[in-house]
Amino acid sequence: MNPLSFCLLVSAFLFATGFAGAVTRRHAILVLVGIELMLNAANLNLIAFWRFGPNPQAMTGIIFVLFSMALAAAEAAVGLALVIAIYRHKRTSNLDEVKELRG
Amino acid sequence: MSFFLIITAVVTLFAAVIAMSLRNLVHCALMLAVSFSGVAAIYLQLNAEFVGFTEILVYVGAVAILIVMAILLTRSGETPDKTVLTSGWPAGVAVTAMVFVILGWAILNSSVLPVPPETVPHATVKNIGDILMTKYVLPLEIIALMLTAAMIGAVIIAYKEEVKSPGDRSEGAQVKPAYSNKPAPVPVAAHELEKEGAL
Repeated sequence: MNPLSFCLLVSAFLFATGFAGAVTRRHAILVLVGIELMLNAANLNLIAFWRFGPNPQAMTGIIFVLFSMALAAAEAAVGLALVIAIYRHKRTSNLDEVKELRG
Repeated sequence: MSFFLIITAVVTLFAAVIAMSLRNLVHCALMLAVSFSGVAAIYLQLNAEFVGFTEILVYVGAVAILIVMAILLTRSGETPDKTVLTSGWPAGVAVTAMVFVILGWAILNSSVLPVPPETVPHATVKNIGDILMTKYVLPLEIIALMLTAAMIGAVIIAYKEEVKSPGDRSEGAQVKPAYSNKPAPVPVAAHELEKEGAL
């Protein structure tokens, strides 16, 4: 198998795992963990295309992954702060019980 | 494609699946750290050394620890007795399987994937620093601003809000706290402040 296809398949499986965790687990922190896994899968895609792509001297993939990591760290910080705030407010972090905005 | 890459990928995916299926949240966070380390090892084998070490620094060092802290702060460290899945989890699993099948089919049948070049690209830290300081300096500044804003926002969101009923603000200012036997501070006149400032 092509190394690029292998990396893309690994990334697709990682994305599917994170997606499954985000949509099936009921704890809010596990949803954030799933989102982190999905972001990692996207970063792996970028690195694979940088490594096996036609023009690696431009280093677009590396720079994009660095910025994406900074964004993911900020997202994790704000998301976990939201989880803590919801827990302080409602004494639960179960997503099935936090549904005030459901129509 | 080396044998070591396959081993690393298998360990990464296995750790990710376990992290998403364990019941105890602390174990989930630890397996997540293993999975992040595996992704960093894959980066190292793809000649992206700087990104690999950044992955270890940011994800294993910061994000996993942050997740553990959040788990302990919300008192969800013990294994729950009830089910850990949402009410609609079969639909979620079905959608996930569909996503993976479509992605895999697209990858395996794609005809536009580039042929891997013979030369191995090198991304040294010097090259990355050069290009960050010249071509991508504006995105770098924007990311710095965004990180500051996100940090302040996270602190404000997670800050303990004071219990305050509406309308007791003026009364609360006059009530002397029980633990203090000092008199209320005398307001300093403006000209005295000016004198102190001049000294």
